[in-house]
Amino acid sequence: MSDAPTPYPAAPDRTTPDTRTPGPPRSPRAWRADVPVVAAVALGGALGASARYAAVLRWPAAADAFPWAVFWVNVTGCAVIGAFTVLVTEGTRAPHPLLRPFFGTGVLGGFTTFSAYALDVRRLHEAGEPLLALLHLAGTLTAAMAAVLLGATAARRGLRARRRR
Amino acid sequence: MNWLLVIAGALVGAPLRHLTDRAVRLRLGPDAVLPWGTFTVNAAGSLALGLLTGAAAAGAAGERLELLLGTGLCGALTTYSTFSWETLRLAEDGSPLLAACNVLGSLAAGLGAMYAGVALGGALWG
Repeated sequence: MSDAPTPYPAAPDRTTPDTRTPGPPRSPRAWRADVPVVAAVALGGALGASARYAAVLRWPAAADAFPWAVFWVNVTGCAVIGAFTVLVTEGTRAPHPLLRPFFGTGVLGGFTTFSAYALDVRRLHEAGEPLLALLHLAGTLTAAMAAVLLGATAARRGLRARRRR
Repeated sequence: MNWLLVIAGALVGAPLRHLTDRAVRLRLGPDAVLPWGTFTVNAAGSLALGLLTGAAAAGAAGERLELLLGTGLCGALTTYSTFSWETLRLAEDGSPLLAACNVLGSLAAGLGAMYAGVALGGALWG
């Protein structure tokens, strides 16, 4: 992008505002420029939600059983977002402006879920399994935070190793 | 058919999360200390899924509506990955107290919204 001759007047880069550091658009025009970003988020979200639905179908949980599918969906999604976000925000090369909206906000956001997590906590509680409900509540949180830290740390190590070469 | 319902819900839920986050950021400005956008979608999505669950328990919502609005829309509207990433960022930026506030606040709001939603859904459609 930078080595191409810049035409005069320079065309505004309409895709930049939401990429490396998501921030609010400054004018109504920026909202219109957001259309490709919103489309990328929608498409990624549909893919991520489909993958989550596939996991729930593959590993269904009884009403009084630990919801392993939603647990692993959330934990793996957190590990991947930790690594992915470090790679796209701390790497040396700027990624495609739609990569983070598509994969980070869309796929991973649609894959992981907070509402089903809250629903499962209540479901276990109502099914007379308060300990399992508490385990799901605290266990998902602990595993998710460990996963996001692990993913981010691994990605940072990878970036450092690549810079040394 | 079931897959199409989940996909249709997610096609709305994910961009709704993105746009809500932007609107909240725009309203609060750069000085907001907590990631209120994610907090808002997670609480709102939990409330909506609670309402739907209450309605379904009362027999007013069927399996298809649960796939479209529950698995698809609410599932994609809410997020655990962004929640964990933003919490990690708060902790890394030297605010473990704010990170803890974000976790406790999000859990309290999400669970409170879920329980209230189920009760309200049962009362409204029961």
